[in-house]
Amino acid sequence: MTASAPAPDVVRRLTALLPAGRVLADAAPLAAYESDGLTAFQAKPLAVAMPETQDEVVAIVRFCHAEKLPFVARGSGTSLSGGSLPFAGGIVIALNRLNKIVRLDPAQRIAVVEPGVINLAVTAAAQPHGLHYAPDPSSQSICTIGGNVAFNAGGAHCLKYGMTSNHVLGLKAVLATGEVVEFGGASREQIGPDWTGLFVGNEGLFGVALEITVQLLPRAEVFHTVLAGYRTLEEAGEAVSAVIASGLLPGAIEIMDALALEAASAAVHADYPPACEAVLIVELEGPREVVAVDRVRLDAILAASKPVEVRPARDAAERLAIWKGRKSAFSAVGRLSPDFIVQDGVVPRRRLGEALRKIAGWSRELGVRCANVFHAGDGNLHPLILYDGREAGALERAEEFAGKILRMCVEMGGSITGEHGVGMEKRDYLPDMFNAEELACLKRLRAAFDPHGIANPGKMFPAEGAPALAQHGLHPLEKAGVISRE
Amino acid sequence: MSAALITPATPEQLADAVRSAPRVVVVGAGTKPRLAQVADTFARISTAKLRGIVEYEPSEFTFTALAGTPLREIAAALADKGQYLPFEPMLAGAGATLGGTVAAGLSGPGRFRFGGLRDFILGVRFVDGEGRLLRLGGKVVKNAAGFDVPKFLVGGLGRFGGLAEITFKVFPRPTALRTLRIDAADDAAKLRILTAAGGARWELDALDTVVGQPAVLARIGGPPAALDALCAEILGRFPGRALADDAAAEVWRGATEFAWAPAAGALAKFALTPAQTPEFSAWVRSLPGGCGWIGAGGNVGYASAGAGANLSAAPWPGVTLRGHGPLWLGPQRTPAIAGAVKHALDPQGRFPALND
Ligand SMILES: Cc1cc2nc3c(=O)[nH]c(=O)nc-3n(C[C@H](O)[C@H](O)[C@H](O)COP(=O)(O)OP(=O)(O)OC[C@H]3O[C@@H](n4cnc5c(N)ncnc54)[C@H](O)[C@@H]3O)c2cc1C
Repeated sequence: MTASAPAPDVVRRLTALLPAGRVLADAAPLAAYESDGLTAFQAKPLAVAMPETQDEVVAIVRFCHAEKLPFVARGSGTSLSGGSLPFAGGIVIALNRLNKIVRLDPAQRIAVVEPGVINLAVTAAAQPHGLHYAPDPSSQSICTIGGNVAFNAGGAHCLKYGMTSNHVLGLKAVLATGEVVEFGGASREQIGPDWTGLFVGNEGLFGVALEITVQLLPRAEVFHTVLAGYRTLEEAGEAVSAVIASGLLPGAIEIMDALALEAASAAVHADYPPACEAVLIVELEGPREVVAVDRVRLDAILAASKPVEVRPARDAAERLAIWKGRKSAFSAVGRLSPDFIVQDGVVPRRRLGEALRKIAGWSRELGVRCANVFHAGDGNLHPLILYDGREAGALERAEEFAGKILRMCVEMGGSITGEHGVGMEKRDYLPDMFNAEELACLKRLRAAFDPHGIANPGKMFPAEGAPALAQHGLHPLEKAGVISRE
Repeated sequence: MSAALITPATPEQLADAVRSAPRVVVVGAGTKPRLAQVADTFARISTAKLRGIVEYEPSEFTFTALAGTPLREIAAALADKGQYLPFEPMLAGAGATLGGTVAAGLSGPGRFRFGGLRDFILGVRFVDGEGRLLRLGGKVVKNAAGFDVPKFLVGGLGRFGGLAEITFKVFPRPTALRTLRIDAADDAAKLRILTAAGGARWELDALDTVVGQPAVLARIGGPPAALDALCAEILGRFPGRALADDAAAEVWRGATEFAWAPAAGALAKFALTPAQTPEFSAWVRSLPGGCGWIGAGGNVGYASAGAGANLSAAPWPGVTLRGHGPLWLGPQRTPAIAGAVKHALDPQGRFPALND
């Protein structure tokens, strides 16, 4: 899987494919591309190509196919699982310049966008028509639709509206074979096997998305957003169960724990109820008549759930403040610590309380701090494990902690990832979820799309030859000197 | 040669059954006969005995059932707990099975609000062409590990594997439903209503129209107290009338059971955009014995026609569900990669090919 031709020659020919100045091969500019949102890993690509047109992307991928040269597509590099970590000695295809909204059809409520379009830009373009693009990852102001498609990104509204894949109607892509395909289209219905569904969430292992058709939804007329503080995480968890059991279908149900609250209040001056171990955010949305009825039920359920305090947002500004605190929590917690790992496992919702208790126990046992900000309605945990990489053994303890959480999620019948993808970080845990035959099936599918294994190699699947189950300490690629962390 | 019907009762037996013959086709209740109409050389495996709900956790919004479970049974179990499959699976009354519905990729009128079957499937256990029983996807409402093979199998007509067990996400049922019959003089008027009502603040639950009938059918769900006001506003904007509950139930049963389509004729599904619906309606009317139904706010069209009609000339991609015409209709874009993907899941071509 390494380039057969000498590196300078490859770079020269790659450079010739694009207008001047669009291939970076000098050390200084390349440095910006050595990591993604999971900074523990770094790798040096041979070059970064910056196409501006779909044809240029196709030419680059065909070149890589002919040369058997590994490539990694990259949007904004916010992957939290090492998904956009470069392949050492391979090409990074930076898609940020393919940032056109090709078409926005308010009557049919669809948008056709290039992969480098920022998630929030789609909603911004749709807003004047009373529409929005539903998937809202916390990173929505910087991450790209291409990255969202590759990782099937989620957000705070998945319970009701699903993930990225539930909003992608069709796409055009260049596969790692060089074939340009068009899956699905502008219709919300499909005929034949759901190729679009298979492509979304491929983690960049099938090819590069060139153009994506997404559905837009009418923006909800009104919202009723409530923030409730609880003395314990368990009480907050029980409130979630009560809301679910009531038959209401909130747009979002989120929980933040004490450490996350402390960080968020410091970062965005959010003001939370005092002496709470957990804050629950529940949002109802819809036509005003429906919300008017449902909010009475919700308020009664929350009032009965022994909250310390319940604060409904009284206007749009207060609602935005609640969401600002929630969406900034990640980065805010990150600021409490030099390094952190974000986990993304899913547990059955009814076992949330038990899962959080275990996490708290391991945190004490290992002496590693952990903040929890998560999509409670989906059972999708987001433990942020804080450590200081300069401290001897700290990373190993953090990884041990992360491993315990992942295995707990699988044992409870959940998943190792709800929305951040497997990437580099969790690839050694994939065998905890799927047996050897299932993994082999996934690998055969990958090989069908990418026979040379050049599209984002080293991600999702456990490293060849490495022990099947999770390893701690040095990563196999680190041992091989291919990547390093600082 | 009329091969014997193999009737496995467990996923493991389904795997054995797949391995038992060089060419096999898995069939459910036969409510979409064209999808499994292949040469006699295929051994037929029926899921009639592969039935039952394996797991149902109302608090998780998920259930898992064996592929041969009749939709009716599932709907009843969910209704018991105040839940439902929002996409409103088709042909439940005719006895359709869960697995056949997934393989056919059919969603009912309810797909308008929250999406189709593909948006609610979470995981599968299926048997690949080598007879391996594989579990992909997940059992919780959210999972991003591994490729989304469960979605790929939706609409795949069993050409890539035999479904053994399927996990779905479900939602709480709206407390009440109201159906409005909105007047629409012609196809252009219908398109205007589909567009305006579909994007309005009311969040309609279903938005369909019958080809040739001067009306658009709109359904809305929610608490009864809210629905009165909403329906009044809708009818203020678009003249029409509210249907009584039993009349409404009959209308929607007509949609999900294809009651409007003569049993003897051909029946096909097409993927449309709302803008294509006037042209679709005109085309249906031009067919001998043609009738049709447009659903999902103009994103799906069903056409039925008598003998001699050529449905494959349609300018939209479609699939024949009933009748003897070609399986795939209209323009089809099969990627070159399709062969490699088929080979990855079914290297010896044990299941029918997409074009069989
Ligand atoms: C503060 C913060 C908060 C976050 N919150 C959330 C959240 O709430 N929910 C969530 O799901 N994620 C979240 N993420 C993770 C991340 O933002 C998402 O995974 C996002 O989808 C990545 O988009 P990107 O443009 O940065 O992609 P990148 O990181 O650049 O790439 C991600 C993957 O996509 C591939 N890729 C990129 N573009 C293409 C393309 N055009 N074709 C094929 N493959 C491509 C890459 O090869 C890589 O494997 C968060 C990240 C951060 C830093």
